[in-house]
Amino acid sequence: MSERETSKKTKAPLSKVRRDQNRREFLRTLGLGVGVVGVSLAGLLPLIGAANARLRPPGAIKDLLDEQQFLAACIKCGQCVQVCPVEAIKLADLTDGVGIGVPYIEARAQACDFSCDGLQCVLACPTGALTHHLDFPADTRMGYARLVRPDACLAMQGKGFKGLARGPEFRGTLRYAEVDRWTPVPVADHPYDLDLCDLCVRQCPIEIRIIECAAEKPPEPGQVARVAEKIGNECPPRHAIALEPKPGGGVGMMPVVKDGCVGCGVCEMICPVEPTAIIIDIDRMAEDLA
Amino acid sequence: MSYVVDSLRQILGFAPPKPDRDEVFPEVRVVYANKRKERLTKAMLMSVRHEHRKTCCNKWQRRRWATLILVNLLFVASYWFDVQLVEGALTASRFVGFHMADVNSALQVMLAYKHVVLNLLIGTVTVALFWWLLGGRTFCSWVCPYHLVAEWAEYLHLWLVKRKLVKNRTFHRGGRSVFYLVFVVLTAATGYTLFETISPTGILSRALIYGPGLALLWVAALLLFEVFVSRRAWCRYVCPIGLTYGLVGSLSPPVRVQYNINACHHEGDCRNVCLVPHVLDVTIRGRAKALDTDIGADCTRCGLCVDVCPTGSLNYKVKGLERVL
Repeated sequence: MSERETSKKTKAPLSKVRRDQNRREFLRTLGLGVGVVGVSLAGLLPLIGAANARLRPPGAIKDLLDEQQFLAACIKCGQCVQVCPVEAIKLADLTDGVGIGVPYIEARAQACDFSCDGLQCVLACPTGALTHHLDFPADTRMGYARLVRPDACLAMQGKGFKGLARGPEFRGTLRYAEVDRWTPVPVADHPYDLDLCDLCVRQCPIEIRIIECAAEKPPEPGQVARVAEKIGNECPPRHAIALEPKPGGGVGMMPVVKDGCVGCGVCEMICPVEPTAIIIDIDRMAEDLA
Repeated sequence: MSYVVDSLRQILGFAPPKPDRDEVFPEVRVVYANKRKERLTKAMLMSVRHEHRKTCCNKWQRRRWATLILVNLLFVASYWFDVQLVEGALTASRFVGFHMADVNSALQVMLAYKHVVLNLLIGTVTVALFWWLLGGRTFCSWVCPYHLVAEWAEYLHLWLVKRKLVKNRTFHRGGRSVFYLVFVVLTAATGYTLFETISPTGILSRALIYGPGLALLWVAALLLFEVFVSRRAWCRYVCPIGLTYGLVGSLSPPVRVQYNINACHHEGDCRNVCLVPHVLDVTIRGRAKALDTDIGADCTRCGLCVDVCPTGSLNYKVKGLERVL
């Protein structure tokens, strides 16, 4: 037994060739490690100057969950993409670095119009990256609409709008409750004829819901609440956008964004001027509205 | 117990130990002694190999490729045809409504977010249990889409090596364990899921389901590296997903490849085809302790060795179910 132990201790030293091989392998492995870790750290670069900041789906709330936490919590599976009835949600590419595979919305191409009613993306999210701390569309806070080109705005000029909001080639869809309560239809199939363009107000999902709520009969005493119809569709407590007289007077009206705006992007999508007069500002907060 | 310890050593990157003389069972010594008596000539080995090639049909490789493609197509079909069977991608999904989360992706999210919602926990435990039953790294060769493309790239690499156009450069397997720790620390420290950015498994899975993107260039770069520099480098030396599932598999009930020493010619055909050849070091003459040896948890249960072995010395075993199967 003791002979065994000594023989183990006095292992023959490695040959020079073998030692050289080991040294080179070690250096190669070190290089590999530096390379792999370096590339993954390069994923942080798009964070500089928030180059990868984007409009996120409902539930990626700024107040509760800032962008860092949102990127951390997202498991990059795309289940939110799969449930969205208007296919508003896309997954970011490698150019977003650590934001790869994270959902975003390009509002001009296809906004979130809450036609799922129940915030399906939030319900689908397995990690809470889209937080479950909200129940109704009016609870979301994706950003705030902002009139960036007031001079281009048709309402500001007192102009009407006739025809297709975004032309015949536009692929985006919206829910027009008067056409089909349950299935969104292409915007390109829905011409308008307006004396004064109010598309951003007219199509705002929050404003539409407020009108629906106002038209509803108040529940009679003893009536059982129809939960199935109500769920995910609560009446928004505050207005999101309205046309108001211009501050300086004159012809035309001004779209004014209210603190009930959730930043869904429908106004940006439906705005008929090119480029759009109204956009969603993801950095803007309620306090900035005043 | 020694299976767990040996597996962990293997997974973490230590060299497989050579057994001491007194560790080797007497019956194994008898087998080795008998083999020394009847020496095999190269011609005999070649003829055995040739005979085997005639009968062999790469049975397990075919089954594995079919399974891998089917699983990934299920994800794709679920989305494109809205059948809602497995919604999501390989990182996380819902299988007929039940949450599933890739263990490695989920661990990253937990480390970065430092908060675990119940659904994620349920999904992670479900998937861990699933792969615990099936042997851990079974995920790698039977499900991971990168494994399949890397397997194809490997054929190109071997073809180039055979023509001496490229040289396979090895790395230290322990590097993977070090990278793993580095990723754990960096993920927790930065609060971002750093590995997910470069994970070819996630990238390929999403590309299949949601459409291709620039991220495929990174996957292509990895494949080029494997073709021209180092054989199966990502799966062998880097991928933390493999390490995570290896750890799960080290505690697995024995869904394993088993090696039997009796008929083995020790010619090493199995080690030549293996993704993780160190797990097959037991097939080197003089390395086996017992007549039957379970191959360690770093093995991906891909079955290439089972297919290639000319003597039938390597086989799938589900212990406790031998009589049933």
